[in-house]
Amino acid sequence: MTQTTVSGLRKTYRIAERRPGLGGAIAGLVHRRYRDIVALDGISFTVDPGELVGYIGPNGAGKSTTVKILSGILVPDEGVCEIDGLVPWRDRVEHVRRIGVVFGQRTQLWWDLPAVESFDLLRHIYRVPVDDHRRARDELIDLLQLEPFLDTPVRQLSLGQRMRCDLAAALLHAPSILFLDEPTIGLDAVSKLAVRDFIHRLNRERGITVILTTHDMDDIEALCTRVIVIGDGILLSQGTVGDLRRLVSSERRLIVDVEGDTAHEVTDPEADVVAVDGHRVQLRFDPDHTPAAELIGRITTRWPVRDLFVENPPIEELVAALYRERES
Amino acid sequence: MGPYLAIVSASARILLQYRAAAFAGIVTQLFFGFVMVQAYTAFYAAATQPPPMALAEVVGYIWLGQAMLGLFPWNVDPEIRAQIRTGGVVYELLRPVDLYSLWFARAVARRTAPTLLRAVPMFIIAAALLGLPPPPSPEAFLAWIASTFCALVLSAAITTLLSITLMWTLSGDGAMMLVVSVVVFFSGQAVPLPMFPEWLQPLITSLPFRGLIDIPFRLYLGHIPAAEAPSLLAFQLAWAAALILFGRALMAHGRRVLVAQGG
Repeated sequence: MTQTTVSGLRKTYRIAERRPGLGGAIAGLVHRRYRDIVALDGISFTVDPGELVGYIGPNGAGKSTTVKILSGILVPDEGVCEIDGLVPWRDRVEHVRRIGVVFGQRTQLWWDLPAVESFDLLRHIYRVPVDDHRRARDELIDLLQLEPFLDTPVRQLSLGQRMRCDLAAALLHAPSILFLDEPTIGLDAVSKLAVRDFIHRLNRERGITVILTTHDMDDIEALCTRVIVIGDGILLSQGTVGDLRRLVSSERRLIVDVEGDTAHEVTDPEADVVAVDGHRVQLRFDPDHTPAAELIGRITTRWPVRDLFVENPPIEELVAALYRERES
Repeated sequence: MGPYLAIVSASARILLQYRAAAFAGIVTQLFFGFVMVQAYTAFYAAATQPPPMALAEVVGYIWLGQAMLGLFPWNVDPEIRAQIRTGGVVYELLRPVDLYSLWFARAVARRTAPTLLRAVPMFIIAAALLGLPPPPSPEAFLAWIASTFCALVLSAAITTLLSITLMWTLSGDGAMMLVVSVVVFFSGQAVPLPMFPEWLQPLITSLPFRGLIDIPFRLYLGHIPAAEAPSLLAFQLAWAAALILFGRALMAHGRRVLVAQGG
């Protein structure tokens, strides 16, 4: 059974162009030039209940626009979208009651009030009965460990603390779908892990459908059962994380920090040097042919290594590879 | 407590924190009121024919104007403006409430809280020391209270309308300056409306803006008898209803062009 159906979604923004300089500003008063920016150019996909879907793509690909349309904020120019039988922008009030949304870059909490007061306000706004609210709130406070800073005005919270409060705020009314737009952006490693762990439990234990956009390939690997890749407003690919990697390449990156001025000398017969920056060398290798352990062994015996780690290629490169594939 | 009431009370709680601003406002308004009273006293001393309002009534009108200044729809809601500029408006649309009613509720809070904070001390000072007379009868007092409530609805409708223009202009400065000058002029805030020339009266009495100041103040002073209150209240509410309907239509259109700023 499908919960979310999206078909042929299209959205264009009309942006007034600013010409540079004072002369340009004056000219702009008399005659405005507009430029159309196509954010979504016909996107279609479906999501089943209980899925944890990653929605990825580079900056400006249309990720946030999609989330804003699915959550009823923006009205698309064309296309069909139905979630639990409701059209988000047409049945907005009824729809938003059933969803929770977190935008990583901004908060829904009242800036000058402690988080706990915002929670209380949200109870009134969503008309949640007192008992249900108290149960949900206490559970979230416990799960996200909000107790120590519950009475601090939100403006004084750290980003990680604020994000945890925002997650709680989005879940107080017990939504069945959660939209997360870059939930780990700007967080330190510990906070990222805490947020990921929480999202994972939410999905597994309560069966909440989660649709999340991110730039962080680690978010995707840790969480998502399925990935949808978009770029320039069109859908490039979808499938499991493994599918996606196989489709593009199984390439990994080895990043090595070496002692002294030896960085530019580092080479290996089975890996390509991608970049050298000061003491840091980036090597590209294929783990199917060259096991990481062997490569690391060879490098560490030949060069004075200070530190090293293995990384997945960034999302931008995956998307770029998908583009190339599409064109050829 | 329903969602809209919760918003009003939260906004009001935040606004009531600005006590220093209220104090500064009171000092400024006392100064302006004082200058205006002096000017009218001088004009009246030199008048060659009987003016349309007695000096005592004008003085009362001026002090009421200073005391109730906060009720005046002189700006867009700065919170909504900040939200539109930064894209925070997305969360407004994520609330399971009607957006127009939400913004209207915010406007009510924005007009009520500062007014309460300033009006009470201003009334005490003006009545005790500066010649603001009490209403001539209990009926006049009740008529004033009722029409002040209608003025609040009217003021919130105009404020919300200004806020809605932000969906197109982002800053709202243009619409604000245009509207404010018109509203100041035609409400009676600048010069009491009975002072305007005869040929302008038909226009003044048909525009909604006199419902903000002129109607409640003259009911308070007894310059308009309390018996005429029902038709004037109906005038205020009819205009408020028209502006609300217009605002709703405009907002429905604005939803389609709304661009949520930022990532």
